[in-house]
Amino acid sequence: MMTAGIGTRGRVVQIVGNAILLFGVFLTIMPFFYMVSASFKPGNELYSIPVRVLPQSLFLGNYQLLFDETSFLRWFANSVFVALARTAIAITLSLMAGYAFAKFEFRFKRPLFILVIATLTLPLYVILVPLFSMMTSLRWTDTYWALILPFTAQAIGIFLARQQLLGIPNELLESARIDGASEWGIFTRLIVPLAQPVIAVMGILFFTASWNDYIWPLIVLTSDEKFTVSLGLPSLIGPYSQEYGAVMAGSFLGTLPIVLIFLIFQRRFIEGIMAGALKG
Amino acid sequence: MAWQTARSDATTVIPSTAVVSRRARTGRTPGSRTMTPYLFLAPFFIVYSIFLLYPVIDAFRLSFNERVGISTARFVGLENYLALLSDERYLRALLNTTLYALGSLFILSPLALLVALAVRSFVVPSLNLRSFYRVAFFLPNITSFVVIALMFGLVFDRDFGLLNAFLDAIGQPTHNWLRSETLALPSIMMVAIWTYLGINSLYFLAGLQNIPDELSEAAQLDGAGRFQVFWSITLPLLRPTILFVAIQAVIFSYQIFELPFLLTRGGPSDASLTLAVYLYEVGFQQFNQGYAAAIGYSLAMISILLAGVQLLLFRAFRDDEGAG
Repeated sequence: MMTAGIGTRGRVVQIVGNAILLFGVFLTIMPFFYMVSASFKPGNELYSIPVRVLPQSLFLGNYQLLFDETSFLRWFANSVFVALARTAIAITLSLMAGYAFAKFEFRFKRPLFILVIATLTLPLYVILVPLFSMMTSLRWTDTYWALILPFTAQAIGIFLARQQLLGIPNELLESARIDGASEWGIFTRLIVPLAQPVIAVMGILFFTASWNDYIWPLIVLTSDEKFTVSLGLPSLIGPYSQEYGAVMAGSFLGTLPIVLIFLIFQRRFIEGIMAGALKG
Repeated sequence: MAWQTARSDATTVIPSTAVVSRRARTGRTPGSRTMTPYLFLAPFFIVYSIFLLYPVIDAFRLSFNERVGISTARFVGLENYLALLSDERYLRALLNTTLYALGSLFILSPLALLVALAVRSFVVPSLNLRSFYRVAFFLPNITSFVVIALMFGLVFDRDFGLLNAFLDAIGQPTHNWLRSETLALPSIMMVAIWTYLGINSLYFLAGLQNIPDELSEAAQLDGAGRFQVFWSITLPLLRPTILFVAIQAVIFSYQIFELPFLLTRGGPSDASLTLAVYLYEVGFQQFNQGYAAAIGYSLAMISILLAGVQLLLFRAFRDDEGAG
């Protein structure tokens, strides 16, 4: 907007306003900065007074400890595998069902859609106990199945996919049908390519949600080699170990993938998170 | 968001009837045509029924039963729900969670609105600076609560924490933030505000974007001051966004788990116990499943109630606009 003609008072407001905003940014970044800094501090420096923001030298022992004496790399691989599997299945299910809701007329269409939307704000905590009992009866506790499958039917995915696919002209589908394309062929060769934007949004949303999930792995996993990064890191702090430096190193490395995706796909990322993960 | 979908439905009905008649001419069997949508729906609804609908119903049934560990369930009627009403720990958790939700409502939401207004106003004239603020404030929101809790464990530490070091440096008294009965919950609220300020500002920014600049410019030409423009033009037009952000913030506040669980374990002496943390303790440490299911349903009822309030207020706003 215009900068000319805001006057001296406007100028003062501008400077003060930016100073406050920059202080806000400082408060936002500081804990991250301190996490990275602490990951390069040896224990005696981390627990010394006065507290210093910067490490005195780049100590790599925490990273060494993390790689050599904990299962961090295994946890990282587990997180990647679980998040990818969960995301791929959730996108497929949402896109197929969203397509049906957007482009077909059928009985019970409205009630089914309302049913899905109604569960959008349902807290996960409602189903935690019976879902865990189910995992026990299926003998799925401490398996990847339990981490992946139960959260692949995402109401928000249907909502987003349907919204995007409504914009595809029916004539396009019709001419494909006249050309003799099968319904599945239309879906894979016409709908999927046209749905790229919403696939990206869902991908970011589901991947991040899976990567950051804590309570469900906490409930269903018991053995260390199955842990995800989110579950593994807090397990390093307990009565017998206080390796905060290593935990900070792991937190830093565990946050990197999401931050990288964020920086690469900034706009879609914000879209995805805004669509699904409004919390407060 | 339901009001958006209702509108887009109307536009699809007409073309799709045309499709049916044209499709009939292509000579495909009616059977394959009517089955197609169900085949596309099936995978989602199978998973959805098994892992969501069934547990929702099962939890409802369970909440009227007494079941501890692997013992068989015994029907007890409303006993679990009645027990909640006189369970001091539950009531404490309800109070704490409500305080936390009120914090979101009265501190986080206004703060986010202020940030959004500042970022969109003449205070931040350059687009680059604007997107810098957006990205910087958004960063906590993509970080997992686990990492946030671990980071802030170090920030709040009594002896070696960043916050006390800072307070000490400026000559203020230091505190044992997470071990104090009065400060544990406010500390968690601070972390939550830190986490969610960015995304809530983005919602407000999106809302502000929908308000045409011409309106406020016209008002300014007519001699209205900045504050007047904000008060009588921006704020009323922003009502739906404010309502959406506020209600969503409250709904999700009631579900807070990771921060209190990892930072304080709900302590000291339940000073930061939240409903979700209590549910976890009852359901997965004491294995009192019927009771945990009742806690879960009480949480769901709060969400449903709030969503209902949101819907009604949206209707009222829309009628308002329709009349005006």
